[in-house]
Formats: sequence, C-alpha cells, structure tokens
Amino acid sequence: MIEDGKKQLWAQYQKEIADDKYYYARSCIRQNFFPGAEEIFLKVLRQNLNKDIYDDARQTTCTGIGYHSAIVPLETTMTVVARQFSLMNELGYENFVCSCVTSFGIYSEMLETWHEFPETLEKTKENLYKATGRTFKLPKNLVHASDVIYKLRMDILPQLKYKLVNAKTGKPLNVVEHIGCHYAKIFPHKGVGGAEYPYVLAGLVDAWGGKLVDYPERRHCCGFGFRQYLVKANRGYSYSHSLKKFESMQPYDVDLIITNCPGCNYFLDRWQYVAAESEHKLYGVDGKAIPVLTFEEITALLLGYNPWEIGLQMHQIPVEPLLDKLGISYSKEDKYLNTKGPEIPELLNY
Amino acid sequence: MALKQKIVVIGGGIAGIEASSILSRMDYDVTLIEKTDNIGGHVAQWDRLFPNQRKSDEIIEYLKANIPSNLKIKLNTTVSTIAKNNTSFVVSLSDNELIETDSILISTGYDLFDAKLKEEYGYGIYDNVITSAELEKLFRENKPILTKSGKEPQRIGFVHCVGSRDRKINNIYCSKVCCVTAVKQAIEVRQKLPYSEAYCFYMDLRMYGLSFEEIYNESQEKYGVTFIRGRLSEAAENKEGQIIVKVEDTLLGRPMKMTMDLLVLMVGMTPSEGTSGLIKMLNLETNSSHFIASKDEHTQSNITSHPGIFVAGAATSPKSIDDTLADARGAVVKILEYLNSNAQ
Repeated sequence: MIEDGKKQLWAQYQKEIADDKYYYARSCIRQNFFPGAEEIFLKVLRQNLNKDIYDDARQTTCTGIGYHSAIVPLETTMTVVARQFSLMNELGYENFVCSCVTSFGIYSEMLETWHEFPETLEKTKENLYKATGRTFKLPKNLVHASDVIYKLRMDILPQLKYKLVNAKTGKPLNVVEHIGCHYAKIFPHKGVGGAEYPYVLAGLVDAWGGKLVDYPERRHCCGFGFRQYLVKANRGYSYSHSLKKFESMQPYDVDLIITNCPGCNYFLDRWQYVAAESEHKLYGVDGKAIPVLTFEEITALLLGYNPWEIGLQMHQIPVEPLLDKLGISYSKEDKYLNTKGPEIPELLNY
Repeated sequence: MALKQKIVVIGGGIAGIEASSILSRMDYDVTLIEKTDNIGGHVAQWDRLFPNQRKSDEIIEYLKANIPSNLKIKLNTTVSTIAKNNTSFVVSLSDNELIETDSILISTGYDLFDAKLKEEYGYGIYDNVITSAELEKLFRENKPILTKSGKEPQRIGFVHCVGSRDRKINNIYCSKVCCVTAVKQAIEVRQKLPYSEAYCFYMDLRMYGLSFEEIYNESQEKYGVTFIRGRLSEAAENKEGQIIVKVEDTLLGRPMKMTMDLLVLMVGMTPSEGTSGLIKMLNLETNSSHFIASKDEHTQSNITSHPGIFVAGAATSPKSIDDTLADARGAVVKILEYLNSNAQ
C-alpha cells in the first residue's frame, strides 16, 4: 500500500463543511436502532464543542427507504425534502446536517436534480405550496453528521480521555471503517476523500490513534442493499454480502468496525450475531466477534461518556471486549438497567 | 536567388522527425523544436513493437540516419508564443530566439493517460499495479519482472482500455494500440516467466492491423494467454499485497473475482501537454476526442483551422507508428502545396 498515493487522492476530495449553526435532520433507522447515537451527537456538539445545532420535532422521514424500495415516487420525495428545508428556513438556519447516509444521498440527489433540471425545482415549489402553504430556499451547506465530526476531529482530540489504542499493549487498534454506499458512491465529490478511498471516518481513525484496515472488500455493500433485506425472500443475499466482508477483513485481526450509516451498523452488527448463532463463526480477535459502533458512539466513548448511557447495549455484538482493550471501566449490571432495575439476560459468549 | 522558405516543426517525436527530415532534404529551411533532451518521443522509450517484436530502436535509428545535415534541431526548447505577421508567423522560443517562418507543423503527439484517474484500479496506491509503459521500461532495461516483495509474479492481469472508451472519464475514443500491445506484452511476459499465467481483460479486441490477428491467435495457442471479455469494476489489495480484481465475464454472464500478483493497466493516449498548450495558444478547434481538429477528417486531415498551420501524427488522434509516419508524409505534401501557392 502506497500511503502517499492515498493522501494525494484524499486531498482532491475535500468539501465545504460549515463550522457552526446546524439544523439537524434525524434518521429513521438510527433513532430507533441506536437512539443513544443521535442524542450523544447533539450533546457532544453542544457541550463539548459549544456549537449551535437545532433538533426539530416537526421533521419527518426523508422517504429514503420508501424511495429506494420504489414505493415512494420521486415527486413525493422532492416535496418532503423541500418541506424539511422550509422548516429549517423558518428557524433561520442555513446549514443542513443529516444523521443518515441514505438521507444524505437523498438530499444530495434532490439538490443535484433541481440543479440539472430547474423545471423540477419549480414543480416542487408548486407541490409544496399546494400541500402545505410553505415556500423554501435551498440550504447553504449540506453535509452528513460524520462530516461535522471529521471537520472538528482535531478540536475533539485534546478532550479525548481514551485513544484508539490497546491500553495493555500500547498498540493502535485495527479499525475497519465503512462509510455506506450512499455517502459517496452517488456523488464522489460530496464525500470527504471520495468514493474509492473515503477519508471521512479514516480521518477520525488517523487522528485518534487507530490503525486503518484496508481490506479487499472494503468497498462492498454492508448487506442492507434495501431490497436485499426489505424483501424477505432476498435476505439470504443480505447475509451473504455481509459475510463476504467479514471473511475479507478476518485476516487483519480487526478490533473494531466504525460505521457512517445506521443501516450499515445494523447489518454489520446483526449478521455477525446470526453467523455466530447459526454457523458458530466469529470474525474478530481471540474468538470474539467484532464490535460495531457508529461514529457518534466511538466519539462519545473516547470522550469518556458512560458506554451504557450512550446506548452501546443496543448492539447485538457485545462491546465489552472493545471497552477492555480501550481500558474503559464499566459496570456489567448497568448494561441491563431498565426502569425496573437490572434484568440480566442469558449472556452471549462472544 | 529567392530566400528559402521556412518551416518550424514543433515536436520531435517520429512524426516531427520524419516530416522535418523530408522537408530539409527538399532544401527548405526547417527548424525542429523538441522540449526534451532527445528526439524520438514515445517510441524511443519503448522496447519492442507489435506485431513482430522488432526493437523500437530500429525505427529511431532509421529516422535519425535519414536526418540531413541542414535540419536545425533545438532540444530542451519550448514554444512561448506564436504571432501572425501577414502571411508568416513569428515563433518565440523558451531560449528567447525568434523565428519568422512561413509555415508551422504541429507534431506534439500524445501523453499517456494518467492511470491515477481510474481510482478504482488503485494505480499509485497498490504496490503491484503498474502501467503498460512501466512494464515496457522493465523490458527495455532488461530488468526482471518482480512484485514489490521481490517475487516472480505467478498471475499477471492486463486491463485493456484504461483511459480509453470510457464515458466516466470523458474519453470516449479508442486509443487503437493498447489491445495489440497487451497481446504483445502478455506474450513477452509468458516468454520471460514460462510458469506464469497471463490474463487479458478486454471489452472488444480490435485486431485491425497487418498480422495483429495472427499474434492474437499465437498468444492463445502457443503462450496460453487467457482472454476474458469484461471490464474490471475494481481492484483491491489483500494482506499479501496481491491484487484482487472483480470483473464480469460477459461471455459467460458471470461475475468473477480473481487474484493477481501483478496488474498491468493498458493506458491509452490523451492529447499531450504540448498539444493542449498549442490548442490554447492558437485557439485551435478540437475534435470530439479533445485532440486538434483537422479541417476535414477525411480529405484535409493535416490541415488545421488556421491557414499555414499543419498537424501530423497523434496530435489529431491516437495513431500507431505506421499511421503516424504516413500521416507525417501526408502533412509534408500539404505544406508543400501551401508554400508553393504562397510563392506564386
């Protein structure tokens, strides 16, 4: 691997990322599967980085899953996207931040379509006005939430309580990053680092002490692929795609997978559990599975937040081996704390 | 006695050498401008030529042997400006010399496609991805073919059409020589590494020239080169530094994943820096392939949109050596017609 070659390429794919005053668009998947991730993202931005970010209860889905499943027509998606922008306009914000990679793809695609085919923008304005009486302006800056963390990674660095380093050996952890297809494969210039050698998460790994693992199936889909999973009969495809990635990364002794997209996080997490249960196959180090964390979760974890308060118990693959490597102390009981007290289930042995 | 008419030839590749030599032998006052420290262009960098594996040096030696003593050759020199002065031109050079000339021949040729632009193939990032020009350099310098770790490669892949016939990078044209060069190089690899396997990943095989089809057949029958019809979707590096390629075999209709020890990218031609510079400097029209447009691609292929400025060789489109030399001779005829009509 010629690292300088990658750096030259990364330099070609940089983009404008606003440094404050964000309007946050939540993710349907992330806020349901990993609700702690969005909460902690807002908290880190507000409390650790002193940024202004608005979380708007009035917003809806971007329609991404329905759109990519051919259920929601393009015109509807455009109108919904226009409404989100209108909500932002109303509050005086101009910088739109998407939590979800699918949403980022949707918003980017709509902006590009309106740019290339201005008549669709006019039609959308008409549709939005007829449906809601609203008007809208385009955002000044549209980014994914990980872009913001990437931009602020060096501001975060001095606040970190832990690094991506094995506390016992002092060696950097082997980290796989997965950015999700819709982050840069649709519009490579809209992703930090481009589509082939993305840097948005790799930049966090570099800055925070980890060792990036570049494995052969790095570019491959996580397995979600929308209709691969949403159509029940196709779920074997979803599983086999994820396995292809796990098999490919296994020789690199991976300590951690960091994801950009909540869908990818779900599948890289869940299908490891399925592989362990159905085939007794584990892909991590020392006979363990590989913990899969979102970029918000790993940021918060390294900043010293309590793993169970940021929702790491929502992952199917236990994160304790990672916590042990990082040297993070935690309460085993608190992981299963609910309103009735701790309810400890049958523990998984990986 | 009338003054000799002058011609400035820009670019000392094989087209420039051939045209300037002929014109000099006809006693015109010719100056050949070459930006590097030697003439011969890309051919002088190559080892052997298709289809008969003759040494490329033979071509250069032949051309040099026919250079008359009255041809003025200026090496390490570039053109700074060109100004029109009635029917003549004033060419300003990087060494501050000014040449007033009656005619100009552009023979600035091509540059090899920058393989880094096909990011998915990993050139400049993966250790064992090289270009066809780099492989040819190994042949020319008689160096062993080795992987980065110093091992003899067992499996070598040749990727056709890198930078050619590719809408993604806006080069829709065929570079004409890459298919048969891949066949030639695959044969040479098999000759040098008899225990290796060679695979060519192609879109179409354009074996249009004399004996091309014969060496294509020979590569399969005698050297066991395998041809797979399909364009690579991506290349990736594994832990051992091997290159994993993904490709669809479009004849079988099956996706494939193969492991190569060395991947050779058959880089095509793009307008050279010199060609692009002159297009801008002279406001020349370009064709759909971004090269210099001829006034008429069939009947006036050496004539540019500017009277008195002619073009030869790969400055108008990708060409093989024999096409380039024939084109240079054609340009000479058109220059003579132009100078004679001006003299009357």
